[in-house]
Amino acid sequence: MKPVDQARNALAFLEDDTHEHAFDKLIWGLREQRDAAAREVGEWEELRTLASQIKEHTLSNLAHYLELFEARATRNGAQVHWARDAHEHNQIVYDILSAHGAQRLVKSKSMLTEECEMRPFLERRGIQVTETDLGERIQQLDDQPPSHIVGPGWQKTTRDVAELFGRVYGSDPERADPVYLAHVMREHTRPLILQADAGMTGANFAVAQTGAVVTVTNEGNADLSGNVPKLRICSVGIEKIIPGPAELAVFIRLLTRSATGERITQYTSHFAAPREGGTMHIVLVDNGRTQRLADERFWPSLKCIRCGACMNTCPVYRRSGGLSYGATYMGPIGLITMPAADARRYRELPFASTINGSCTNVCPVQINIHEQIYQWREVMDANGEFSATKKAAMKLAGNLLSHPRAYRAAAEAGGAALRVLPHFAIYNRLNAWGRHRDIPSPAKETFHQWYARNRGGAHPAEEPAGEATAGTEDADHGRA
Amino acid sequence: MRVGLMIPCYIDMFYPQVGVATVELLEKLGVEVDYPFDQTCCGQPMANSGAYMEAKETEELFVRNFAGYEHIVAPSGSCVHHIRNKFTAADDTPERRRVSARIWDLPEFLHDVLKAGEFPWAEFPHEVALHVSCSAIRGLYEQSMSERPNDLWFSKQRSLLEKVKGISIAEFDRPDECCGFGGTFSVTEEAVSAAMGNDKLGRIGATGARYIVSSDMSCLMHLQGCAHRDREDFHFLHLAQVLNGDAT
Repeated sequence: MKPVDQARNALAFLEDDTHEHAFDKLIWGLREQRDAAAREVGEWEELRTLASQIKEHTLSNLAHYLELFEARATRNGAQVHWARDAHEHNQIVYDILSAHGAQRLVKSKSMLTEECEMRPFLERRGIQVTETDLGERIQQLDDQPPSHIVGPGWQKTTRDVAELFGRVYGSDPERADPVYLAHVMREHTRPLILQADAGMTGANFAVAQTGAVVTVTNEGNADLSGNVPKLRICSVGIEKIIPGPAELAVFIRLLTRSATGERITQYTSHFAAPREGGTMHIVLVDNGRTQRLADERFWPSLKCIRCGACMNTCPVYRRSGGLSYGATYMGPIGLITMPAADARRYRELPFASTINGSCTNVCPVQINIHEQIYQWREVMDANGEFSATKKAAMKLAGNLLSHPRAYRAAAEAGGAALRVLPHFAIYNRLNAWGRHRDIPSPAKETFHQWYARNRGGAHPAEEPAGEATAGTEDADHGRA
Repeated sequence: MRVGLMIPCYIDMFYPQVGVATVELLEKLGVEVDYPFDQTCCGQPMANSGAYMEAKETEELFVRNFAGYEHIVAPSGSCVHHIRNKFTAADDTPERRRVSARIWDLPEFLHDVLKAGEFPWAEFPHEVALHVSCSAIRGLYEQSMSERPNDLWFSKQRSLLEKVKGISIAEFDRPDECCGFGGTFSVTEEAVSAAMGNDKLGRIGATGARYIVSSDMSCLMHLQGCAHRDREDFHFLHLAQVLNGDAT
């Protein structure tokens, strides 16, 4: 598939002033609420360290905890399935549904099922799939993927939702009132839940010692989806395993505070056994996780508990919109996880960052996100994902900057300064800087010249210029 | 005390007055300043773009130029962060490690090494907004971080600036949100970069302050570029210029 052009998608989002400002304001508000919630917990930083250590321990002993979970879940009466990849996961879910003759599935939000592209898979096979999370349902009705992992529809204004519901449900498109809109959704979705043949949830955590799948929600839709129909299916990424209830307590304290600044959500539900007279299936999914675990540099991204705090704090995410990434996981965590799944398609993502480090600071499990973004850039180069222009320009810059005499000659040749500096402009059209900003003017006298004139000292040693200056003329054409 | 002075390439070419202010300020504080003539750059432009191999020779040149100094000072948090924490393209030699361990961002050097208590020659009777860069905050810990609300608040840069006669420091929203420069990011994602810069200027502008002070001239180069397009009335100064008493 064609690489995602995040920068171009972001430009389109930015050109729509209303949405850009509303989104930035809403999402930054979550970051502020998160700060306030963290401030209330004196041992916040110690909790983050502890959570990181628990994840590291569990991931280092993953086979043990997965088998323990399987044994306990089976003892509780659930059936446990193992899926190597997205296709196996989807097929297992479909086979379970077929075996029960189930045609109408309701589900709560699950980024894993998004990752596996399960909904289209099932729909092609005649299964009606209804999202029950309000935001996810909004996105489903608008035929869009989630734009945020916690609030899938946060990119939309209330007005957008009113118009959408007006179009789909015939409600008043002018009434941009959240309470009214929630009622419209409830009226249309509750019957689908009551009529469903099967219910599905994802998992925030899977607790090995109890064999329970734990979901953390506000709307109660996971409970309805998981408990109303007799057939329940839970999809769980294998990295979601934690040892026991004591460890769960650490994550519960961190998760919602990091996500939205809430001390706790309305519902923290443990799905441990099938409801009376029903059946429960748990699908444990790898889909590239084992491979990532084996990577010395990038395994820590598996500690992620999907709170979205890195997205909320990311100034690039807030100004480019969640859909610009063309990815299941967007924002900083997406920059380091999506390329692991498809390096070609997501080769530009590691560059959609200023590497300011805020994401790492808010991460409740201390993933070194900004360092991994930096490392992914090197991987993209090593994998040959740089364009020939960018590669040549980097060589040229490296060559020029390692030869003092050639560099000095270029720097002091008046207009040449603009070609040499800012360096980052070397391989880009200068108008990329100048489209929204003025270009600085080179000074009449460089610092170097001032120093030589005023403080004396020796001049640089003679050194052949070599090929360092060759080709600078062409370097600023073409975009990397 | 003698220091090796690193002047980043963009300061050399676009803002030589910042380099001059740095030299004069250090001299006023009794420091002997030595500027190695063969210096070019720290290698960050290539390394930050992912071009690790292309950064190698430039980093090694830096090591050769500065290995002999007890203290190395640069008026740029971004370069210092690269040299101290990300100098991995160069071969791992004792000289490379020494250079990484001995590099100081100018405000750190003033605050931690010289423990400069006053700048009697400096006076600045204006309200200023202090922009501390992400590299200086999250890379060099020159200021506590908004993401860690339980840490004790401190700012080495602000405490230096407060010593200037007549100055007042404006409080603006989201003070440590990135300004949007980000090196190559500023051109590869120019629209988002400029939007971030304009937002920063908007929040600073709302305080009424018209002087923006930073110890990272690359952030200011970006903000100045945004400002000149839309707002002519901001003045941009490096911390060294204010502390040296250049501007009044």
